[in-house]
Amino acid sequence: MFDFLQGYDVLGAFWTTVQLTLWSAIGSLLWGTALAAMRVSPVPVMRGFGTWYVNVVRNIPLTVIIIFTSLGLFQTLGVSLGAGTFTVINFRLAVLGLIAYTSAFVCEALRSGINTVPLGQVEAARALGLGFTQVLGLIVLPQAFRSVVGPLANVLIALTKNTTVAAAIGVPEAALLMREMIENEAQLILISAVFAAGFLVLTLPTGLFLGWVSRKAAVRR
Amino acid sequence: MSSVLYDTPGPRARRRSILYTAGFLLVLAAAAWWVVTGLAEKGQLEWSRWAPFFTDSRVWTTFLLPGLENTLIAAALALVIALPLGAVLGIARMSDHWWVRGAAGTVVEFFRAIPVLILMLFANAAYAAFFDVSPERRPLYAVVTGLVLYNASVLAEVVRAGILALPRGQSDAARAIGMRKGQTMRYVLLPQSVTAMLPAIVSQMVVIVKDTALGGAMLGFSELLASVRPISANYGANTIASFTVVAVIFIVLNFVLTSFAARLEGRLRRGRRSTGAVVAADAVEELATPGEHVGHKPEPPARS
Repeated sequence: MFDFLQGYDVLGAFWTTVQLTLWSAIGSLLWGTALAAMRVSPVPVMRGFGTWYVNVVRNIPLTVIIIFTSLGLFQTLGVSLGAGTFTVINFRLAVLGLIAYTSAFVCEALRSGINTVPLGQVEAARALGLGFTQVLGLIVLPQAFRSVVGPLANVLIALTKNTTVAAAIGVPEAALLMREMIENEAQLILISAVFAAGFLVLTLPTGLFLGWVSRKAAVRR
Repeated sequence: MSSVLYDTPGPRARRRSILYTAGFLLVLAAAAWWVVTGLAEKGQLEWSRWAPFFTDSRVWTTFLLPGLENTLIAAALALVIALPLGAVLGIARMSDHWWVRGAAGTVVEFFRAIPVLILMLFANAAYAAFFDVSPERRPLYAVVTGLVLYNASVLAEVVRAGILALPRGQSDAARAIGMRKGQTMRYVLLPQSVTAMLPAIVSQMVVIVKDTALGGAMLGFSELLASVRPISANYGANTIASFTVVAVIFIVLNFVLTSFAARLEGRLRRGRRSTGAVVAADAVEELATPGEHVGHKPEPPARS
């Protein structure tokens, strides 16, 4: 019944999906935190840039960003991100595009977390003479992160689903392989079931696990 | 909040702020310089490549506007079909019968957990294999079907959240005057929750518009993003120019929708005549995530 799987590296394709997810998750967590710090910083230019970035990026289709990394960054500006072969270049470009897009959502989730830290915490920190970076890095962000595990889990699951867009620039991940298999094999329903099951396996346990973590991590007030 | 994170700047803080501003602007300028010189080197900044968008109306009438029209048609169709489906699923998820609740829940969780592109690819192949849809219409059908399957399940959660957001007194009062379950839903809960859901629905519209671009890239649906290729073929390889124009149209369209959702939400929260129940515009991110109660956005503590 599952003969059609022969000759196709389904597990390899899903492994690419997982790798896209993990690298993009790490990158967008870092860049998203930096953006959130900019949006609450005392420097008006940085605040303005952070707001502008989030508003622009959240309103562009991810497909446009991903295709732009290939058409604009690689083919026009010659950015190859230190890679030699097309497969590796496209993979890295896709990760870059996913980071650029996802970090806007990470930034907004973190900002809502910053708002949950009680005013007294910040006032106490400032009364001790801590500067902005110290207040943010030692007092506010550690508490904010603990309260936004849930929202960040939503972003991570959305990111997992969004990695399929990398198929638009030929990254050999699950959706691209699914399209290839649909074209070549007859068992449309079975093929679709296999790929749907793959994404269920990736997204549902992540949601359950991080839901549990978010309840454990949340600061009880 | 931003103002409580730091003290009012004194002379030293002000000097440092100016230093940071200058450094940051320098970085931005360097990045801009790199992009501009890179584009100029490839001749992408030549006026002849950008001029058509300002001087030749045929770019708009032949490519961009029909593309935008297809984007909007697909998005509108998807929303119009997904809304009633979502309402049915959402209400079924709150049913008193476990099998109705369970079936609706399974459908909703399944389609929320799967990327919309997978659904579109499946729909595209299914229309080709099992239905008599002409090849020209198939991409539109596939895009709308994929969007409907996904968004019906997200909107089901929006509907459920909207009904649950209403004060309990509403259904208690309906029961007290002898209404049945169906009557309570039809005459009391649904009409009020529609108002509460509006910001989230408009916000979901942004997600739908963005997802239509997938059809252009992967299924050959001739929407706005797909118009880049014929434009650059007809107007001297102006890929960057046409890409920029398309991106700006998307940003403006979605920014208008996002702002509209925020204004609606603000109005509902301030409103005195309604119950004050509202499904926030940014709640759709959470409602699009599979799994029960995964990430409730933390409530900020009350500030004095």
